[in-house]
Amino acid sequence: MTVRTSEQLDNRGAPPDSPGRPSGPSSRRQAWRSRLYRFDVKGSPYLYVLPFFGLFAVFGLFPLVYTAIISTTAWSPRKPGSEDVSVGLDNYGKLLSDDNFHNSLINTFGIGLVSTVPQLLLALGIAHLLNYRLRGRLFLRMGVLVPYITSVAAVALIFNQIFARDFGLLNWVLQPFMDNPLDWRADKWSSWLAVSTMVIWHWTGYNALIYLAAMQTIPYELYESASIDGASKWQQFWHITIPSLRPTIIFTVIVSTIGALQLFAEPFLFDTTRNSNGGPEREFQTVVLYLYQQFWTNGRYGYAAAIAWTLFLITVVIALVNFLLVRRIRSADD
Amino acid sequence: MALGTTRRRSPDQARWGTYAILFAIIIVSIFPLYWSVVVSSRDQSAIGRYPPPLVPGGSLWDNLEKAFEQGNFGLALTNSVIVAGTITIAVVFTSTLAGFAFAKLTFRGRGGLFAAVVGTMLVPTQLAIIPLYIMVTQWFGWSNDLRGVIVPALVSAFGVFFMRQYLYSAMPTELLEAGRVDGASTLRIYWSVVLPIARPGAAVLGLLTFITYWNDLFWPLILLNTQNPTVQVAIANTRSGIEVDYSLVLAGTVIATFPMLIVFLVLGRQIIGGIMQGAVKG
Repeated sequence: MTVRTSEQLDNRGAPPDSPGRPSGPSSRRQAWRSRLYRFDVKGSPYLYVLPFFGLFAVFGLFPLVYTAIISTTAWSPRKPGSEDVSVGLDNYGKLLSDDNFHNSLINTFGIGLVSTVPQLLLALGIAHLLNYRLRGRLFLRMGVLVPYITSVAAVALIFNQIFARDFGLLNWVLQPFMDNPLDWRADKWSSWLAVSTMVIWHWTGYNALIYLAAMQTIPYELYESASIDGASKWQQFWHITIPSLRPTIIFTVIVSTIGALQLFAEPFLFDTTRNSNGGPEREFQTVVLYLYQQFWTNGRYGYAAAIAWTLFLITVVIALVNFLLVRRIRSADD
Repeated sequence: MALGTTRRRSPDQARWGTYAILFAIIIVSIFPLYWSVVVSSRDQSAIGRYPPPLVPGGSLWDNLEKAFEQGNFGLALTNSVIVAGTITIAVVFTSTLAGFAFAKLTFRGRGGLFAAVVGTMLVPTQLAIIPLYIMVTQWFGWSNDLRGVIVPALVSAFGVFFMRQYLYSAMPTELLEAGRVDGASTLRIYWSVVLPIARPGAAVLGLLTFITYWNDLFWPLILLNTQNPTVQVAIANTRSGIEVDYSLVLAGTVIATFPMLIVFLVLGRQIIGGIMQGAVKG
């Protein structure tokens, strides 16, 4: 519809040359004007989107391509001239047999699972509660959202004290049940739990508000007719709320999965090894933390770039799988 | 747009059990922040003792002062305001401009370009960290320089998407047509028609952007050192040394969190509205 109107306007602003009018400077000015007008309508939109695409090309797209190029070199800032040493796909070959990389993949997926699943289930429950008719609605929503405005760094440092082996708050609470204070960093399961707790605490309220927004678009009549038909509250939640939320749930699953694959600050700050090992035996070293260690601590640009590109490909594959699953579910519905 | 949501019919009235659970959740939400105040108001020795103190003590100011000096927090806070503020203004401006074009103007390739914007939202930028570091430090010479933090963040795919969705529904297309009939250029229409209409949406985008970059850690951590940190870099650096002095570390987190808490208390309604609005339209 907008297409037609803008073309109409186009003609209105650029009147066809009237044959009766004498040609001269005024008609030339008019021609110039109409050209200016046509540029304004047809061309200027590109100028408005240019700042975004221009800067994105320089600071988003180009670095991504350049990462691929660096990943085929032996570049290290400690060896001058090494940026020109091409090693083909050797870095990727090394990755395939790198136990530390495999370990970081397992940690990333493990922590991702332990943090994403409870987080989204909790968020769903909280959203359901917030969807009741409540007094002090704004206060309750703000209370739930406080963790979101707390920085990841602050979250990690506060939970560092809570999960500290010596005189940590949680070990004090657990004291009656434990013989010795638990060293949360020394085991895979306990460190995953600690890191996941930070992620869950930080993001649950945010996701709850997203679910709440979607819940509020569900027509109340659906619930009314369901309860007339004798459906219990639980049945209503299961058969009306959840199916209506499906697009939103899929959206949050994709966003949280991508976020989980990028996990860095929480394990980085939870670490006490000071060299980004992610625990004494790399118990919670995620892929991005390993990437940071190779890039920053070890100065292996080429190898780190290979890690970055591999993770990028994994992210794309997972996003695609998600997307295909969604389409499958949708077409099954029709 | 108050809360950005329309309530069709009131759902069921909440019972006391609902309130009880919600209050429990809110206590869990707030407790870590409360705990950071408790720890930072005590001496290190009081924290290293069982049972730990559960109410604030009297050393809050002392610890804040000490953390302020040791962590270079005066400069860090200024830097964070400059970084988050500049990025916010730029993102709001570039996003409103592009969002307007995508929402209301017709041009060839619009659909494809907008799909590209949505696609780039999913690209994790921290994977491009190595070239970004080389570009910013070696080509532009901005190592340990705030410009290196600011310039790569001047545009945001989410921002363009958000403003496009907002303007698409908030601005009647007739206004654009009327402006054209009156002989106004598109830029003129943008300035005197679009911007006033976009203001509520732009304010929400600005808030969300400010929060994001106030809290950003990964890239500033790589680019900036302790001599010239942002607040998040400063608190991340407080945990150096073998013996961690939690009173000082958490005093740092109190300093870093406090400004955002104030913003949240004043503008919480708008922030919540923005998150919920983005969710429904996205």
